[in-house]
Amino acid sequence: MTRHLGRTLSRNAFAALLCVVVTLALAWALVERPVPAEHLPQRVAASLDASGVSHPVTAVLLNFRSFDTLLEVGVLLLAVVIALALREAQPDHPDRMGLDNPLLRAVMAWLLPLMLSVAGYLLWAGSSRPGGAFQAGAVLAAAGVLLRLAGVTLPGFNRPALLRSGLAIGLLVFVIVGAAATAGGGALLEYPVALAGGLIVLIELALTLSIALALLSLFRLAPPHADHPGDDARQANDGADASAEPRR
Amino acid sequence: MSTALLYAWTGVVLCGLGLFGFIAHRHLLRRLLAFNILGSGSFLVLVGLAQDGRGADPATQALILTGIVVAVASTALALVIFRRWYRVSGHSALPEDV
Repeated sequence: MTRHLGRTLSRNAFAALLCVVVTLALAWALVERPVPAEHLPQRVAASLDASGVSHPVTAVLLNFRSFDTLLEVGVLLLAVVIALALREAQPDHPDRMGLDNPLLRAVMAWLLPLMLSVAGYLLWAGSSRPGGAFQAGAVLAAAGVLLRLAGVTLPGFNRPALLRSGLAIGLLVFVIVGAAATAGGGALLEYPVALAGGLIVLIELALTLSIALALLSLFRLAPPHADHPGDDARQANDGADASAEPRR
Repeated sequence: MSTALLYAWTGVVLCGLGLFGFIAHRHLLRRLLAFNILGSGSFLVLVGLAQDGRGADPATQALILTGIVVAVASTALALVIFRRWYRVSGHSALPEDV
């Protein structure tokens, strides 16, 4: 036992030493960093007028580097798809989430309208000041999580086709708009300058819905079914046998 | 020493802490937390260095925003996978192979 403890200690000390060395090397590398040749903020500001929005971060996210954002939405969708695939293999009985708490319900009646209007504002503000699809989607997802914790079931979540189309619509709209730009002879995701503002709002609207649904689905896909690995089988037996001991 | 460098060094320290946590702990949840600290540290390095006396850099901020969403998605996916692993194996750590 003592030998095992000693081994763990020496291993941790070795790891700590290595991490300190890595940290110091990184800190030194930051001091000796090369000066960037190009002044990116200036370049963004110079072409901001052609982007269709007036906030530089939104312009970078959805116009100048929109390919990154497209792939990011793809990654989010992929995560949900994998989580859904893992979920299907699990027994699908009602989980124990959902506190039936009158105080929580009363607070929710105040918070939900507020959260929905904040999400709407963030989406609308994204084109001219800090805000945008991701922030709005995160607030919407938080509202959904709150509903879920209070035991309110959202009606659409029982219909897989509807849920899946909601999850996919952000990526779909993004790809369609991006591909439509090539039809006019431009590059992929190169919006026409006159339409850029409207197209970005359209993409952000679809993205908000998909991001909120994706985050909410990821939360819902890990419900507290059972505390111990064996509990599922026991609960299944409980369901089959009506005379079984009362559930916890 | 500039403010940008201070932010970046804080990020580097977070990276080091995250790296140590990732090596020292075997519990999967602790490793996930360490991974997130490591990621936050690298975000802080990037966004701290980018405002190096030239004002906020929208390109870097957009990059970090993308990174944060991907980090959230990967963390949530990791949690779903951990739960699945726990249900299948009953262990909260991966088997030792060294």
